[in-house]
Amino acid sequence: MRTLLLAGTALLTLAGTAIPASAQVSDNVIRIGVLNDRSGIYADLAGEGSAIAARMAAEEFGNKVAGAPVEIVVADHQNKADIAASKAREWVDTGGVDAIADVPNSAAALAVQGITKDKKRIFLMSGPGATALSGAQCSPYGFQWTYDNYAMAAGTGRALYEQGKKKWFFVTADYAFGQSLEEETTKMVKSLGGTIVGSVRHPLGTSDFSSFLLQAQGSGADVIGLANAGGDTVNAVKQAAEFGITQAGQSLAGLLMFITDVNALGLQSAQGLMLTTGFYWDMDDQTREWSKKFEAKAGKKPTMVQAGVYSAVKHYLKAVEAAKTDDADKVAAKMRELPVEDMFAKKGKVAANGRMFHDMYLAQVKTPAESKGAWDYYKIVKTIPADTAFMDPKQSGCPLVK
Amino acid sequence: MVSLLGIPPQVLFGQLLLGLINGSFYALLSLGLAVIFGMLNVINFAHGALYMVGAFVAWLLLTYAGIGYWGALVIAPVVVGLLGILLEKTMLSRLYKLDHLYGLLLTFGLALILEGAFRHQYGVSGQPYPIPAALQGGQNLGFMFLPNYRGWVVVASLVICFGTWFAIERTKLGAYLRAATENPTLVQAFGINVPVMVSLTYGFGVALAGLAGVLAAPIYQVSPLMGTNLIIIVFAVVVIGGMGSILGAIVTGLGLGLLEGLTKVFYPEASNIVVFVVMAIVLLIKPAGLFGRER
Repeated sequence: MRTLLLAGTALLTLAGTAIPASAQVSDNVIRIGVLNDRSGIYADLAGEGSAIAARMAAEEFGNKVAGAPVEIVVADHQNKADIAASKAREWVDTGGVDAIADVPNSAAALAVQGITKDKKRIFLMSGPGATALSGAQCSPYGFQWTYDNYAMAAGTGRALYEQGKKKWFFVTADYAFGQSLEEETTKMVKSLGGTIVGSVRHPLGTSDFSSFLLQAQGSGADVIGLANAGGDTVNAVKQAAEFGITQAGQSLAGLLMFITDVNALGLQSAQGLMLTTGFYWDMDDQTREWSKKFEAKAGKKPTMVQAGVYSAVKHYLKAVEAAKTDDADKVAAKMRELPVEDMFAKKGKVAANGRMFHDMYLAQVKTPAESKGAWDYYKIVKTIPADTAFMDPKQSGCPLVK
Repeated sequence: MVSLLGIPPQVLFGQLLLGLINGSFYALLSLGLAVIFGMLNVINFAHGALYMVGAFVAWLLLTYAGIGYWGALVIAPVVVGLLGILLEKTMLSRLYKLDHLYGLLLTFGLALILEGAFRHQYGVSGQPYPIPAALQGGQNLGFMFLPNYRGWVVVASLVICFGTWFAIERTKLGAYLRAATENPTLVQAFGINVPVMVSLTYGFGVALAGLAGVLAAPIYQVSPLMGTNLIIIVFAVVVIGGMGSILGAIVTGLGLGLLEGLTKVFYPEASNIVVFVVMAIVLLIKPAGLFGRER
């Protein structure tokens, strides 16, 4: 009996010494849910690639932080806010998920932001662009990592203005997203002293842009800003090439373009196009090395959204390691405190409103002659420093900024 | 120069010409639908998907076999046509005796399967397809810059549209076809193989969609969803022209293209809706469509 008691005490003591390492980690696992579009229009720019990126981040920690194993789970939100919300709720309530990552499509992201805010879970946004996510709808636990509509619009507007392109014409998708891109760019261009010579609104999902391009061509603008996305942008650029718009001296600026769009266009059509990006695989040794590893798993180079997922997940795990807990309040504080330093962001910093400040890049699409092969698409024309790339947190309307 | 309703004539002419170009696309696609409906009484919802397959075949030929645009212009419609015949023989032919709705449901399902399969294989963001070297560049018409490729599209589709109309309405083969739809038993009794003729008609109808896909590849995004974006408008064109009326499909296709072009000048936001507004008005006044016969 006595020996049994002794053994029991010894066991308890042993267990007791083993617990502290992961005592602060709920259910002893750090679980990160990558929630994005896996079959629809964002599947190529986020999709499985984002899950691969998240796994790569976890592997760098040996799939273990603060003594607890790291697990990546994935789900498809099908670009529907209600599906995203119910999946997020399920993950948090019964799945033991500590952080949700990616979530392209701003409507879905806004829904998830509400849930993670109420339930105190970390939300690592790479895919969504709505500025409200780090503005009026900001959350102490929500982090907007890769880009936002302000950075894309204002960044491109400013960078092109500085290149002497001062007269703009907009081809805008006629819904909230397109209008907000146009508005942000207009504000920036006008504040610098440029002019808007005209704009035309087209319905979402237009296949023929020739009428609009003809109007833009006749407007005498220096830059034709495409305030649309995805298939609309691709069709517009393809047809602009056909009408010889860039050859005639006007610049074409895609206000929200991803490298997958350029790949879909081909360099013959896309050459000369200006765009802003948060990441390009061929920037330095670090990005090249990481992208090569990514390509080996995914079969293609990463988009900025996928690279952003990697960086955000890595920073989150770093914060968990430093805080020695997965408690959302403590981890969020650490995430704001620690600098972001990896192949994606150099000297990045998380502001009070959850916006991660990092340099953005103005890129120009190469000509077929300049390109050395597959995915060799961008020339980085200019680095847009973090503090001018993003909106000043004080003006974001986020109640967390004092 | 005088301006018309505040729009300079150059802009107006330019837009009208562009409208004609789009209209010829509509005409080509709705022609195939009209042929299939007129001869087979099938509402072919897979038309948009087969148009997409046509564009993808062109892309596959270029990427994997090195066969360029001109080769694709011949091969892709044949491939799509054969695919159509296969679908007709194995599935569609079983439904002729049933209500139209079954054909519609089957072809709708086929469209979803085709699109899903391409989306799974090639992703959603689309594939690049260049304009053939011989048709690059353009002409300055004074009032607008007309890319050579667009000019070619108009000419090609007009020739095909009126050729088809002629073949069906003015030749002996066309007469057989029309007779076979009117009374298949009687025509079969005269020693004509009606089932083969019906298969070939379906094959031809969808081959037109495949051809339109190849014509579209250099100017529109080659993506699995490209058919879905266009097919609804094309259906509206067929309804306005009168279900099954070949001339109706051609004339309405061109006419609506022009109307859409004008809308893009005066009120661009409505350019996707104008076709449907016209459809609603036509259905109210003349339910059989502009060129359709009451049955």
